[in-house]
Amino acid sequence: MVTTVVDLATTPAGDAPVTTRRRSRVARLPRSPKMIIGLVLLAFFVILAIVGPWLAPYDPGKIVVTTTQNPSAHHWLGQTQLGQDIWSQLLSGARPTIVVSFLAGAIATVLSIVVGITAGYVGGWVDEVLSMLANVFLVLPALPLLIVIGSFLPKGDSANDLLVGGVIALTGWAWGARVLRAQSLSLRNRDFVEAARISGERTWRIITSEMAPNLVAILAASFLFTVLYAIGTYVALGFLGVLNPAANWSWGSILFDATQGQAVISGQWWWYVPPGLCIALLGTSLALINFGIDEFINPRLRSAGLSRKAAKSAGIRRTPQLGFTPVSAHRARRHNTAPSGLVEFDR
Amino acid sequence: MIVLLRRLGFYVVTAFIAITLDFFIPHMIPGNPVEAVLASHAGSIPPQAAESLYAQFGINVHEGLWGQYLKYWDHLLHGNLGLSISQYPSPVTTVIHSAIFWTILLVGASTVVSFFLGTTVGALVAWKRGSWLEGVLPISTFFQAMPYFFLATLLLLFFATDLKWFPNHGGYDFENSTIGLNSAFLSDALHHAVLPGVTIIGASLAGWIIGMRNMMVTVADEDYVLLAEAEVLPPRKVVWYAARNAILPSVSSFALALSFVVTGSLLTEIVFSYPGIGDILYQAVLGEDYPLIQGIFLIITFVVLAANLLADVVYVFLDPRARQEA
Repeated sequence: MVTTVVDLATTPAGDAPVTTRRRSRVARLPRSPKMIIGLVLLAFFVILAIVGPWLAPYDPGKIVVTTTQNPSAHHWLGQTQLGQDIWSQLLSGARPTIVVSFLAGAIATVLSIVVGITAGYVGGWVDEVLSMLANVFLVLPALPLLIVIGSFLPKGDSANDLLVGGVIALTGWAWGARVLRAQSLSLRNRDFVEAARISGERTWRIITSEMAPNLVAILAASFLFTVLYAIGTYVALGFLGVLNPAANWSWGSILFDATQGQAVISGQWWWYVPPGLCIALLGTSLALINFGIDEFINPRLRSAGLSRKAAKSAGIRRTPQLGFTPVSAHRARRHNTAPSGLVEFDR
Repeated sequence: MIVLLRRLGFYVVTAFIAITLDFFIPHMIPGNPVEAVLASHAGSIPPQAAESLYAQFGINVHEGLWGQYLKYWDHLLHGNLGLSISQYPSPVTTVIHSAIFWTILLVGASTVVSFFLGTTVGALVAWKRGSWLEGVLPISTFFQAMPYFFLATLLLLFFATDLKWFPNHGGYDFENSTIGLNSAFLSDALHHAVLPGVTIIGASLAGWIIGMRNMMVTVADEDYVLLAEAEVLPPRKVVWYAARNAILPSVSSFALALSFVVTGSLLTEIVFSYPGIGDILYQAVLGEDYPLIQGIFLIITFVVLAANLLADVVYVFLDPRARQEA
């Protein structure tokens, strides 16, 4: 246990094998208010990413001579020193930010599936090596490593979303791999997997049709977690100027320009507050969805937040709170494992 | 002891991988890195610096990649990380040396405060489950999703630029105090560290709160907690029993958290122009100072590994099972 010190926190709750009841549970998933708010916010940003560049009233990179940088009827969020329209930059910036982070999330998730499930299912020395690799990438400080890689990339490649996403994914897969490994390790010895193995199913078939369906929720959570990580990292790289700011307009590079233009000191809050808020809201939407999934995986994490009124109308008798376990009426099914803790350290 | 030795072995391997990556990344990128550096600085690099760059990257030396790699190790073991381009001819180690202590003090102190505050609040939230305290969770989620540097910028705007309660840049007031163990400098440094520290605490607190809360909720279901309640022990004592067990995963996930905290504090330092590693890293990126960037990556890695080892020692001390398993 100690060789993998983070294990305790990452061992996900051993959930019951997925049965036909799963469909109804999935259908119930979006009912949690956290989930709904998260999904609505995320949908808004995805639509913004699709239509944003078309809505932009000006070419975000177009340089014009300007006397004032302040917001006006023509330039809602003002202009940079070079006269570029910040509102247009904000609208166009949604696309690269979201495309890169979702690409990074997807690539990292594929990597973590391959490494995690292989390690968990195959075991032995393969597991030892792959787990160690994942641990190494977890411990290595990601941003400094990315800065080293990014600063050596040719300048033109900053606008290559696939390349940037891939590089970010390189540092972001380890967490998901660990979680998946832990879960498939616990699934491997369950009776239904054992039964499939005894009845002569092939390994890949056991992995894809017996184990994979039980990993969907964890997979989704790990994907969102990685996307969240990728947003932060991509924005940070843009903000630092590691990715060539002239090559594309991401929210990070708007912040880079704002810093270079002394926007904070000269009080031009309209320059850096809107992109910052967009990033924060996008991140919050993903974190909220992640919470929803987490509570779905581990029912005990659901807040006991039924108000007295709601509980009464639902006919649930609330016993007076004794100590800190007000669950005496419906004590949750006992698990021997820790909660998934998937969203413990998002940033 | 054996447990810790195994961890130490793992960190040595990680350091080895980091050092190797640091060497091979410039060699994997197509093109000659030195030419690229020289071109982007357009003649502003003194010839000696160019020469040392060639030596450092091992380009044009009549040696294979392996020979260059060994030479790189030789330099490294002698504490030679090359010369900085933007602050030529200062060695990279000197530049980093002047900044690292600011960062270690700032990040170390903020992380310790954040850890204790976060786990305490997390335990309280779990204890008072269903009360108004649970409102902490969505708020902290928002803070957690907010980029460090954005929080830093907002704090800077309100408390330094508008209210002028705190200075808006630097690590101390170099006009009125000199670095050393004197009260003027210490109070000045503390005053300057408040806003960056609050930023790091504010952004990292949520992780500890949520982690501890989730673990407390799980532990609260254990038999020994039920027994403690059945014995009508004072609630304070029951919480203490549960919290002592619930805190273990928080300690063991320290490694993961640290990586995020380091990233965040680098950005925070940049916003506040705090004279730490983040600030020189930013200058290095802007000035395309490749040796300095590579050096900073190595040093940060070593510090993070050392901090992880420390967390492991604490864990083994706290959890008797960890001692027995070896």
